[in-house]
Amino acid sequence: MDDIDRNIINTLQHGFPVCDRPYLQAATELGLTEQELLDRLQALLDDGTLSRFGPLYHAELMGGALTLAAVKVPEHRFEEVTEIINAFPEIAHNYARNHELNMWFVIATETPEQLQQTIDAIEQHTGLTVFNMPKINEYFVGLKLEA
Amino acid sequence: MIDTLDQRLLSAIQQGLPMSPRPYAELGAQIGLSESEVLARLTALKQDGLIKRLGVIVKHRQLGYRANAMVVWDIPDEQVQHIGQMISRLEFVNLCYRRPRHGATWPYNLFCMIHGKSKETVLQQLALLEQACHTQAFPKQVLFSRRCFKQRGAIYTKSEPATAHG
Repeated sequence: MDDIDRNIINTLQHGFPVCDRPYLQAATELGLTEQELLDRLQALLDDGTLSRFGPLYHAELMGGALTLAAVKVPEHRFEEVTEIINAFPEIAHNYARNHELNMWFVIATETPEQLQQTIDAIEQHTGLTVFNMPKINEYFVGLKLEA
Repeated sequence: MIDTLDQRLLSAIQQGLPMSPRPYAELGAQIGLSESEVLARLTALKQDGLIKRLGVIVKHRQLGYRANAMVVWDIPDEQVQHIGQMISRLEFVNLCYRRPRHGATWPYNLFCMIHGKSKETVLQQLALLEQACHTQAFPKQVLFSRRCFKQRGAIYTKSEPATAHG
């Protein structure tokens, strides 16, 4: 990744034009040709630097439901519980963290009812209490990382 | 709220925009819409907030952001909104949410995520945050991630588009 790639990532994290020649417009702003921008984006996708080039949706407005949840996993059951929880297709992220509540995951479902069903099922399969922490307020939306 | 054509459009672009000079024309051709209809619908979906953002979606670990801390505070209810808004304005804060407490096990109600290239950077940024937002006096925990087991876009419709986590 060179300075041009970094510039592309930093600029296009803020948005991409909706017009008939969006790559041409974005390329002009970046001082590149349309083909150069297309080639570089494809390379960044191919090497895994970018996970996607496209839209980030608003889950709740789309009718979906999301929550953050945590469990206290005894150290000796860590691998087993990880496997059980990650096997649920509703689990979007799962992180081990340094706290008594040592496993934190995001659950995403089509409806709020399915969220509760998933939590119940995880409790049943693991025998652990799920601490459900749905957001009450969001103070920020973007996820922008400088390359 | 959104009609079938919007749904088809959202599901056509979920994996990414076509890498060709007229991506919206190409998308339209896949689902039977003209380029101008696609442009109009995407503009409306952005205005309504269903599409939060269109552009590059990065993998933070790939960019060298290997330290990821979830910082949580126990802030009195009457102050949490004000402090949450202050925290969210800081450049290095990625997400900031108010969430419910869970008794003595989890007395914390304000959550923010800080991604950094190292643990030291994250802790320096946290020190700046605490100074700028006057949060030093509140009980706090810093939960670094030890391992990431699973990271994918969230699935919440049958057509499986991806979202930011919340």
